[in-house]
Amino acid sequence: MNKVKFRIFKSRLLFIMVCVLSGITAIPLVAILGEVLIKGWNQLGWSFITEATPNAYKAMIAAQAGEDIPGGIANGIVGTFLMLFLAAVVAIPVGILCGICLSEYRKSWFATFVSYLTDLLQGTPSIIIGIITYIWVVVPMKGYSAIAGSVALFIMMLPLIIRSTEETMKVLPDTLKEAGLALGGSYWRVMLKVMVPAALGSIFTGILLAISRVVGETAPLMFTALGGAAISWNMTKPMSAVPLLIWEFFNDPNLQNLIWGASLFLLVFVLCLNLLAKQVAKKWKV
Amino acid sequence: MQDKIFKALLILSAVLIPVIGGGIILSLTVDASGAFKEFGFWEFVFSDDWITTAGKEKYGALPFITGTLLTTALALLMCIPFSLPVALFTGEYFKGRKIAAVLGTVIDLLAGIPSIIYGLWGFYVLRGTFMYLDLSPQGSGILTASFVLAIMIVPYAASLSAEFIKMVPAELKEGAYAMGATRAEVIRRVIFPMAGSGIFSAFILAIGRALGETMTVTMLIGNTNQMPETLRTTGNTMASIIANQFGEADGLKLSSLIAIGLLLFLITAIINIIGKILIRRARHV
Repeated sequence: MNKVKFRIFKSRLLFIMVCVLSGITAIPLVAILGEVLIKGWNQLGWSFITEATPNAYKAMIAAQAGEDIPGGIANGIVGTFLMLFLAAVVAIPVGILCGICLSEYRKSWFATFVSYLTDLLQGTPSIIIGIITYIWVVVPMKGYSAIAGSVALFIMMLPLIIRSTEETMKVLPDTLKEAGLALGGSYWRVMLKVMVPAALGSIFTGILLAISRVVGETAPLMFTALGGAAISWNMTKPMSAVPLLIWEFFNDPNLQNLIWGASLFLLVFVLCLNLLAKQVAKKWKV
Repeated sequence: MQDKIFKALLILSAVLIPVIGGGIILSLTVDASGAFKEFGFWEFVFSDDWITTAGKEKYGALPFITGTLLTTALALLMCIPFSLPVALFTGEYFKGRKIAAVLGTVIDLLAGIPSIIYGLWGFYVLRGTFMYLDLSPQGSGILTASFVLAIMIVPYAASLSAEFIKMVPAELKEGAYAMGATRAEVIRRVIFPMAGSGIFSAFILAIGRALGETMTVTMLIGNTNQMPETLRTTGNTMASIIANQFGEADGLKLSSLIAIGLLLFLITAIINIIGKILIRRARHV
């Protein structure tokens, strides 16, 4: 009888340990959110998101006078959205087409090969994407540019969109396609007007997750978009982005006060995208 | 006719992936060849010199390879005792209940935090704690970087493992309960053997993430170019040396950094492919 009690005790112990350790895992999220919120809240304001980054000299003078550092992260916000927009405009159609292809020819060796390669590309460290874009775009263009930054983000987004499209298209019933074709629809019409709309919810989730993953990326932009202090709309010139600004503030003692506001902005943006993606996934489940 | 164009577009977009993948290997190899030619491949991999003085330049990748492998191994060790409980919590104990969904969301958000913010948190908060606890003299170093890396990879390992734990058939578990097994025994004797290969591949993929993580490590590891002597000392990983020095590098140094990039790419590619093959197999049992 004692042995049975011991076994039950062990089982309960495991349950308690699992609960405690799971609880501990949630601590970093609370700690990080709290830290960024407390330190960044005061800095967020209208001028913070509409003004460009001050130069180090101005910031130093203000800091010495005991004032708040003037300026904000508008140059980063504009850069992030411009580069992201250009990357997404190319990556979404190409990714969806490629996803359709991998799902349609799923039995061929080529599709299997490309599918594995997509996984591999998705796991490639972002710093490598940075180097490769430097070699492919920055060197031939003889200078850093926002276009290079967009290319890096494009390469990072593509595998995520491909895989989410492929996975969704694979679970759609074959009868859907057959019904469309039997009604006399041509292949491309059935694909784009029946199959893709049916999978749209999951594809959209994939796109949102892809955006939320690349929006906080710093490493691939360091050697491509480089950064810049002024608000710039010229894609052929260096451009800043919010994560790049955080990196800049981190390295410049004069600007360190701006770190937390910028981090709060980025964190809220990324986490909202994540939650939105989750909601979309729940609502439009295939 | 339109169908033909459409099919051509499909194939064309799919060909883009091998082009990018092949292009990465080709470009990195071409640009790294300068370093390999100058020092020799194995000499480069196993040398711990990093001398930037003009005329006496000599570069080796060993300290950075060591740093990468060390931080990854430590992060993996530290992440197991947390990701397995989370996987059991969401995939077995509270499967399908609200509290599991809450923890699942927390884990997803943890995965969504940009690495630069993990770096900031580690630098401004954890570093002080580490110094206070006397775990590391400067606060930054291999141990600190590994600790934050561990937090970063917990979500990947946990959510994938949970997926496989959920897939264990209920009949098997019920059979074990019927024979008088306790819940802990069911987990050890039924769930782990059944979901084991899936959980294993989840951790392989978590390793893949830790290997290439750049910003967090760059901010926390201390960035010194020698062989790390103990876990308390500072070091550098393959990703962090590139992040630190690529911007102002040229000539032989640039080529050496790209060579390190190539090695990092190959290591992560091998780990990821193994993980993905295992995971696809585990899913289709």
